Amino acid sequence: MTILTRLAPLALVLAATPALAEMPKGISHFTLDNGLEAVVIEDHRAPVVVQMLWYRIGSADEQPGKSGIAHYLEHLMFKGTDKLGPGELSKTVTANGGRDNAFTSYDFTTYFQRIASDRLPLIMEMEADRMANLRIGEDDWQAERQVVLEERSQRTDSDPGAQFSEERSAVQFYNHPYGRPVIGWRQEMEGLTREDAIAWYDAHYAPNAAVLVIAGDVTAEDVRELAETYYGPVPPKPDAARKPRPQEPIQRSPRRMERVDPRVAQPVMIRSVIAPERNRGEQQTAAALTVLAELLAGSSQTSVLARDLVLTGKALYVNASYDGFSVDPTTFGLSMVPAPGVSNEDAEAALDAALAQFLKDGPDAAQLERVKTRIRAARVYSQDSAHGRAYDYGQGLATGLTIEDVNDWPDILAAVTPEDIRAAAKLVLENPAPVTGWLLPAPDAPAEAGADAAAAAPQPASADASRPETANPGEVE
Amino acid sequence: MIRALATLAFALLAALPARAIEIQQITSPGGIQAWLVEDHSIPFTALSLMFKGGASLDAPGKRGEMNLMTALLEEGSGEMDSVQYAEAVEALGAQNRFDVGDDALTVNARMLTENRDQAAALLRQALAEPRFDPDAVERVRAQVQAVIRSEATDPNAIASKELARLAWGEHPYATSINGTRDSVAALTREDLIAAKDRVLARDRVVVAAAGDITAEELGRLIDTILGDLPEQGSAPLPQPAELQLTGGVTAIDWDSPQTVVSFAQAGLPMSDPDYFAAFVANHILGGGGFSSRLMDEIREKRGLTYGVATGLSNGLYGETWQGGMASANDKVAEAVGLIRSEWDRFAEGGVTEKELADAKTYLTGEYALRFDGNGKIAGILAGMQLIGLPADYVNTRNAQIEAVTAEDVQRVAQRLLHADQIRFVLVGRAEGIDATN
Repeated sequence: MTILTRLAPLALVLAATPALAEMPKGISHFTLDNGLEAVVIEDHRAPVVVQMLWYRIGSADEQPGKSGIAHYLEHLMFKGTDKLGPGELSKTVTANGGRDNAFTSYDFTTYFQRIASDRLPLIMEMEADRMANLRIGEDDWQAERQVVLEERSQRTDSDPGAQFSEERSAVQFYNHPYGRPVIGWRQEMEGLTREDAIAWYDAHYAPNAAVLVIAGDVTAEDVRELAETYYGPVPPKPDAARKPRPQEPIQRSPRRMERVDPRVAQPVMIRSVIAPERNRGEQQTAAALTVLAELLAGSSQTSVLARDLVLTGKALYVNASYDGFSVDPTTFGLSMVPAPGVSNEDAEAALDAALAQFLKDGPDAAQLERVKTRIRAARVYSQDSAHGRAYDYGQGLATGLTIEDVNDWPDILAAVTPEDIRAAAKLVLENPAPVTGWLLPAPDAPAEAGADAAAAAPQPASADASRPETANPGEVE
Repeated sequence: MIRALATLAFALLAALPARAIEIQQITSPGGIQAWLVEDHSIPFTALSLMFKGGASLDAPGKRGEMNLMTALLEEGSGEMDSVQYAEAVEALGAQNRFDVGDDALTVNARMLTENRDQAAALLRQALAEPRFDPDAVERVRAQVQAVIRSEATDPNAIASKELARLAWGEHPYATSINGTRDSVAALTREDLIAAKDRVLARDRVVVAAAGDITAEELGRLIDTILGDLPEQGSAPLPQPAELQLTGGVTAIDWDSPQTVVSFAQAGLPMSDPDYFAAFVANHILGGGGFSSRLMDEIREKRGLTYGVATGLSNGLYGETWQGGMASANDKVAEAVGLIRSEWDRFAEGGVTEKELADAKTYLTGEYALRFDGNGKIAGILAGMQLIGLPADYVNTRNAQIEAVTAEDVQRVAQRLLHADQIRFVLVGRAEGIDATN
């Protein structure tokens, strides 16, 4: 916990804690003797199951100089075990009509499959197998290191926005490893070895450092029995638990960054500050920040910044971003694209004026009511996706929340008061040390080059068009 | 593969669940047809409307008008300006998404059961009485211009646009639905009204719903939403597009460590007797995620790319067999060479029985996984109607895949897969590969 979450307003917020919700219908939770925590989300509408195995280990747990190892190991986890050849796990899932993938973030590394629900034993057997018996062949690790370097080229090095984002994070965090990119710095990725990967796996992959989430057409009893069978025998590792990371000192200085790149089409400003995350039994500030982000920019017509900046012709686009799923303090961010003809200085001044007015006035009662209605409706709509709910529980438990914390979240959001929002706004909008970045096009960029040759590939109308999985920012597959 | 796992997989295969979804085909009191999957377990309804023709109904010289018009549907209608309209929708917790593509203008709506009628009334208003207020038009026009500028500096967009330009000649498929800076700048409010009348009409809409609603309730709901639209669109539907693609390499200089590659050749329509054989072939060649031949050769064995994929791209008015990847500038020549050689190997050698069996189990098994939510079901059912598939396609589709033989795959591969007929568009600084014609 850092100084930010110890601010006085929190005491007021805590007094407003709502009664704890019951375990929602269809949700159950258990822990195996070896420490593996499991959540079951029953949804019997379709004969489908999703297995997600979340390891409570991510890039922010890496040692300096070895950035990218968490993600590199995630790739190598597909290279086989004593029983499975390289690539065989994915091929087996595919040959059984399923899909599998994995992703790595600052705080967790996650493997998942989506398949017909009667194949759950198959995918559990294979996932449990690679929890304990990974084998990385001499021939495989170097080609895979090339793959992650190509991934970095594609995601980051080909995109000035992504490069700028990476450097902004490095400036945002003086001391916390959230300042390092999940995928790693290129020169460090180039030096990662098979031995590094095996050491990472041996230290961190264990049932007592993982959360299993099973969602879909299953029963809690069956899942428990299968989990005992397949994951039960995997021995725990006494030292597998996540170690505390270096924490941020108090930040006192505002920082400004500017990057000019001919591949940038128009100016964009991004400003961020350190902000508290959701914590065990203590999610009120995070809830207020979540509602604050909605109030500021959650609607392109009715939000505070849309009304003050977009509808008035000062900005083309505004956004507010906050995600409370985080082990350590995270960030609250604002971004803006100025309207053509409005200077960057004027646009930023208009943003500052709008924020100052909001700090003075507090939230509009009718707008707050609409935001709460949207949140309540979103809770209903979220029931439509078992996979989405699995994601929610997994992310919560992997970042240190309890299942009760995840269950209680909608009620805590609903209980946010105007006073909570004022306090949250003060916390992040009056923070003395924001990082403000401007990503700018080259002064005389030929922004229209190629625009007249514009054409798009037809979108397939076929019912067999593939439907992409939900993407999540800050994660790397 | 260990023996225990193999046995398990085989045993389970025989027990593939056959829980079919039940599609009701209804006709509303006002005469509008719709497909429905009823499921009352969550108190909301997902509704999907698709208006055929989409952005391909842009008038000549007015590229981008459908796109701009569609973006303005939620920016004020009836007695409400854009803010008042958004406030009314938000107060109900309703969600309406308006999108347009080459083939259709799509509305995906989610409505809570408790206020469904009010949500439907607002959706009706957006479709039947959009205002196109001048301030909203200028605001959204500026946002579209920003998108056009961004795409001009995005190597993926540059590559796919160039490929479409080479492929589709004078057809709207050849150009971006966003339009150009100049075409969008010239659009007037009258253009937007005319655009709306071309596409938002009852003779070109298909309707699907899933969730907490009965057939009778859905009939009334769609009469409310669509009843005030004109009977007929004011322009004929788009003509088929004729593929003009030739084999070769187009190179576009772009300062980046990687080269983005988009490639395409002729495809085949769903009505072709060999469509499913090609569908299976594509899965084995490049469509199967981690297990395709291209992924294996280019990523797994050599680490030349983060990902490579191919797909049959079937639009209502034309089709290709296309793909994409990105690879380091000094390695992309090798990766392109591998695509060509895998193309040839496939056409010459066909597929193994194991590849065929694995592809079939994936493609048939995966199909059922798509129907796991009201929103997904409504979208799939509307898409099926758009392309003219019967409702029982959901039950017969897997049998058509099962019926594909190795000979079918080989035949369609020999007919369609010709490495020298692939057009590659390279955006980057590719080394060791020269542009052709």
